[in-house]
Amino acid sequence: MGPGIAGAQRQPCGEKRMSEIRRQISVQVNAERVERPVLVRQHLVDFLREELDLTGSHLGCEYGVCGACQVMLDGKVVRGCLTLAVRADGKQVQTVEGLSEAGELADLQEAFLNHNALQCGFCSSGMLMTALNIVRHHPDASREEIREHISGNYCRCTGYQAIVTAIESVLVKNRASAVLGASL
Amino acid sequence: MKAPAFDYVKPASMAEALAYLKQYGAGAQVLAGGQSLMAVLNLGMASPDVLVDITALPGLNEIKVQADSVTIGALVTHAALQASPQVAQHVPLLWQAVPHVAHMAIRNAGTIGGSLALADPAAEYPAVALALNATLTLQGPGGQRQVSAQDFFLGFYSTARAEDELLVAVTFPKVKGGQVMVFDELTRRRGDYALCGLAAAFEVKGSVISTARLAYLSMGDRPMLASSAAAELMGKVPSAATIAAAQAALAQDLSPNGDLHGSAKGKLQWARVLLERSVSHVGKSV
Amino acid sequence: MNARMELPAQQSDTETAVKGYIGKSSPRLGSKRLLQGRGAYIDDMRLPRLAHVVFLRSPHAHARIKSMDLSEVLKQPGVIGAFNGAQIAEYCKPWVAVLGHLKGIKSAPQHAVAIDRACWQGEPVAAIVAQTRRQAEDAMKFARVDYETLPVIVEMEDALKGDFVIHPELGDNICFQRELKTDDFDAAFAKADLVVEKTYKFARHTGVTNETRAVLADYQPADHSLTVYHATQAPHMMQDIISRHLGIPESNVRIVCKDVGGSFGIKVHVYPDEMATVALSVMLRRPVKFIADRVESFISDIHAREHTASIRMACTKDGDILGFDLDDLTAIGPYSVYPRTSGIEGNQVVNLTGGPYRHKAYRAQLKVVFTNKNVTCQYRAVGHPIAVALTEAIVDEGARALGMDPAAFRRRNLIADDAYPYTFPSGLKFEKLSHHQCLDKLLQLMDYDNLRAEQAALRKQGIYRGIGLAAMIEVTNPSPAFYGVGGARISAQDGATLRLDPAGMLNVMVSVTEQGQGTEAVFAQVAATIVGVSLENVRVVTGDTAVTPYGGGTWASRGAGIGGEAVLQAAKALKTNILAVAAAMLQLDAAQLDIVDNAVVDRLTGEQKLPLAEVGRVAYFRPDTLPMDFQSELTVTRHFTPREFGFTFTNGIQASYVEVDPDTGFIKLLKHWCVEDCGTVINPMLVDEQLRGGVVQGLGGALLEECLYSPEGQILNGSMADYLVPMAFEMPDIEIAHVCTPTKTSELGAKGAGEAGTAGAPGAVMNAVNDALQVLGGNVVEQPMTPDRVLAALGKI
Repeated sequence: MGPGIAGAQRQPCGEKRMSEIRRQISVQVNAERVERPVLVRQHLVDFLREELDLTGSHLGCEYGVCGACQVMLDGKVVRGCLTLAVRADGKQVQTVEGLSEAGELADLQEAFLNHNALQCGFCSSGMLMTALNIVRHHPDASREEIREHISGNYCRCTGYQAIVTAIESVLVKNRASAVLGASL
Repeated sequence: MKAPAFDYVKPASMAEALAYLKQYGAGAQVLAGGQSLMAVLNLGMASPDVLVDITALPGLNEIKVQADSVTIGALVTHAALQASPQVAQHVPLLWQAVPHVAHMAIRNAGTIGGSLALADPAAEYPAVALALNATLTLQGPGGQRQVSAQDFFLGFYSTARAEDELLVAVTFPKVKGGQVMVFDELTRRRGDYALCGLAAAFEVKGSVISTARLAYLSMGDRPMLASSAAAELMGKVPSAATIAAAQAALAQDLSPNGDLHGSAKGKLQWARVLLERSVSHVGKSV
Repeated sequence: MNARMELPAQQSDTETAVKGYIGKSSPRLGSKRLLQGRGAYIDDMRLPRLAHVVFLRSPHAHARIKSMDLSEVLKQPGVIGAFNGAQIAEYCKPWVAVLGHLKGIKSAPQHAVAIDRACWQGEPVAAIVAQTRRQAEDAMKFARVDYETLPVIVEMEDALKGDFVIHPELGDNICFQRELKTDDFDAAFAKADLVVEKTYKFARHTGVTNETRAVLADYQPADHSLTVYHATQAPHMMQDIISRHLGIPESNVRIVCKDVGGSFGIKVHVYPDEMATVALSVMLRRPVKFIADRVESFISDIHAREHTASIRMACTKDGDILGFDLDDLTAIGPYSVYPRTSGIEGNQVVNLTGGPYRHKAYRAQLKVVFTNKNVTCQYRAVGHPIAVALTEAIVDEGARALGMDPAAFRRRNLIADDAYPYTFPSGLKFEKLSHHQCLDKLLQLMDYDNLRAEQAALRKQGIYRGIGLAAMIEVTNPSPAFYGVGGARISAQDGATLRLDPAGMLNVMVSVTEQGQGTEAVFAQVAATIVGVSLENVRVVTGDTAVTPYGGGTWASRGAGIGGEAVLQAAKALKTNILAVAAAMLQLDAAQLDIVDNAVVDRLTGEQKLPLAEVGRVAYFRPDTLPMDFQSELTVTRHFTPREFGFTFTNGIQASYVEVDPDTGFIKLLKHWCVEDCGTVINPMLVDEQLRGGVVQGLGGALLEECLYSPEGQILNGSMADYLVPMAFEMPDIEIAHVCTPTKTSELGAKGAGEAGTAGAPGAVMNAVNDALQVLGGNVVEQPMTPDRVLAALGKI
């Protein structure tokens, strides 16, 4: 082995390296209560991916622009890469895995599948968060409004139209069910 | 990139928070919504020693309606502003600006205090604050002080807030009858930083524009008040002639630098267009 | 074997005749797990003792590395090692990206990690390996490098002038040049009634795949073998290159592709940092992972499409195009990229300019020059966006000059639909295209005449809308003429292995790869149709050199046409073999039998004879019950090589409808149409979505995307906040229709479609913008068409 290899490292005793400062957090992640000392410098998506093996949330840019990292924090969609893990203390985090298992995404997943609203799938977990938010809070959104709502989610593969159509189809279906329900 | 190493504290009281700021001085960064700070850290563009998380501080998350004004706590999120009927009713210029701030996920976490304290010249709220000459409340070891928007924004990411102070609230005057508020910005893509934006506050008496405050964003190192242009509008009935005169006067008020997204000449052209659009809006409202 | 199969012609979308699953818009069952967050991308992988590498990258566009001290790096927590270029070179040989069929192409040797000199901002100069990425990044800050900056070439014109030569041993900064001229050229231009001429500029831009580049190499010292998990489009090509450059026997190298988060050509090239990662795994004898982060991506992913091109078109006063004259100067980085070379994009522009038209005269001059900006290479539609934009823009200029409607001008000049086979002035051979049918369809789809009327009416109200057309040809299903003949070990053939499993399901293993476009779904549809099983009973495996046949992978829109044909042939052979077993079991003539819906049936009556599971059971577990001299062969492999034509060309035509705000210079995309003829369409939904995604990617290049560099060769907008990619709000709905001219070079008849959208969109939208601006006296000749450029074209600033 050449000179480029590090020998055994010994940390100076008693000195807490800033790179290793941790803080205990208690957070509800999907169906599980997680109690962990987390690195204070670690963002939520790295915590989910590296510590909890929840690799469904992705890092596309790591500075808040692409939206691939979106998760729900206390029911609101946030950029996971702009959220420190310590900030999840005492809160509830929902990832695509958890929402999927809970059946919350079933209609959207079926619509995305049927309309081919994903190709490589890398943007999909973040996109589904935004889509779920539309379904829950903007049930009457028009195509143009859907486009506005998803304007913070980067997709390189689909060109967006299939995603808009898929979300629209769920809104239409829900409106039809609501009408039907109302008339019963 | 991974954020560089830092320490993290989450004070439970204002006194504790201020003590941290004093202790760490320039090595401390205040963490509110984190939507700007976290991006900067993840890009490796800052290396603070400690993040002082102020989101546990009590009393900074309220919207209080007073007789003539509305006081908004620094920790009120963009989403909360958007959802607030009080803000919609009493501070329409601010309320019009909120949907232009980035995207939904950012608005869920980012705060008005964070935006004002950062003072990005392309941000919406500093221009709104300047247009309405809002009052910013700063809290330091010696107590609270009020600074008018006119005196608060000093330059590129630079404000009157001292290192040992926190911005705790911003107070906007309530909109009155006869006032017309128009916010607009030009972006290449929805949610982007504006190429040029205008927060315009008019007072109209009859069909005459009695006062006009035109606060531009992305046109300088801070929100820029176009006073010469406003002067061409004031005391007159808006017309193609007054608009043209005001547009011409903009060159006295604004000397933007070109940047990656727009040349200096382009920015002046967009500033002229936004002026015309806001005044036309006044024409339609009276 | 070559008997033409009876696949019904697909006349229109509404009348699409479906045979089995071919022609059916079946959803991609394999993508369900991606929607549940269960995708398995390389960064999701965990291996024991996995180490992470980050690369120290040159901050300078051109600099000599005077000294490098990594000693402090080694002391940082978690650091396993820190290495310079010389150390990596002991494990990985350098490369030179030249090919024999690009006459005279030259480039300099490139190392995985730069040794004495860095030639672009972003070139790796050191590798730091640690337990975690975080630790490696922290440690990297302690590296001490002393650079001596060298002169920098940024502008292509300066590269050409040659006052400073980046690689002195090469003599100049020209990587590749080419000239061609038809015999009748001078005469044609001399006698022309009209010659229109314009110069256009295209800015370099890049792919911005959502998943950044990723590689995880796992070296096994015990048997000198490597498994490399690689987000690559061409695993066999990487197997060959890693084998040769790291000195590991070819079959000891296994390349495995996991889920890939988008590629578009970005992930088909050889990257120095990825080669270094593999070398480090060998050196350190443990798994090493590299994931480019987004900041790195902008300075290390290949860029593309930086051209300044002048184009002239000669025509008669009646509007017959006599010829084109092209002069194209294009800037690449300081090295031609391995192994496909950075000369191909310019070469394509030369080959394709003028493509849809029946002129005979052509002259083209191409110069590809080195600069000290990031390297460039093939990116979706390679050269087509430039060629189509140039051609279609000058065609519109000619139409304007002659006072002819742009659609009518094209109608007059498009190669006739019955003129095939046809040899084009640049030497390309077209099997059979359908330009006129496509134009008919487009004009009907977009209601062209009414749109023109609407445009005229709105103009009176001071609203400026524009209609832009772009006819195009597209290279698909390439033969070895593309790379192989030049000496590249890039396979132009592919293979498919089909296996009937004991329980009656099909296993399909194909050498073409998947990055989200749906190749696996398409193969399943072909296999299911030909064998006679239901789609849910088919499993597809791609992207593993230890499992699939040898092949070329995904590039140049070849997956469905070449891989699909291999699957078809293997499926036919497997069906024959299944029926042989069934015939032996039933003691009937195989000619009396067929397979329908997972069962062997009587061919005439449809009576079910045996479920396939029963065939499987007997063949695998009870062969003792079959005749002594009978051997079941329920695994079959077939390959397919496109031979007859250098490329199987497709054709299409797109249209863009825009509104330009002359006060702000902003362009609003109102609508987009695309009529495409890609032969047999296996899954219309997947093809249409490829077209839509491609169109939007092309619109990005035409309106938003450019890599901006300072005079010192520093990228100015290397982040997603400043490099603008298309987002949902600004993009239009895209209407698609098809014409179907199957290729006779295969039984499947499928041509490629993956790049067509990107090929035509920039030309269509630039024509639309200039159509809107013409009444105001404006003309934009530079892409991306930023508001500033539109305002400048209008004389407003």
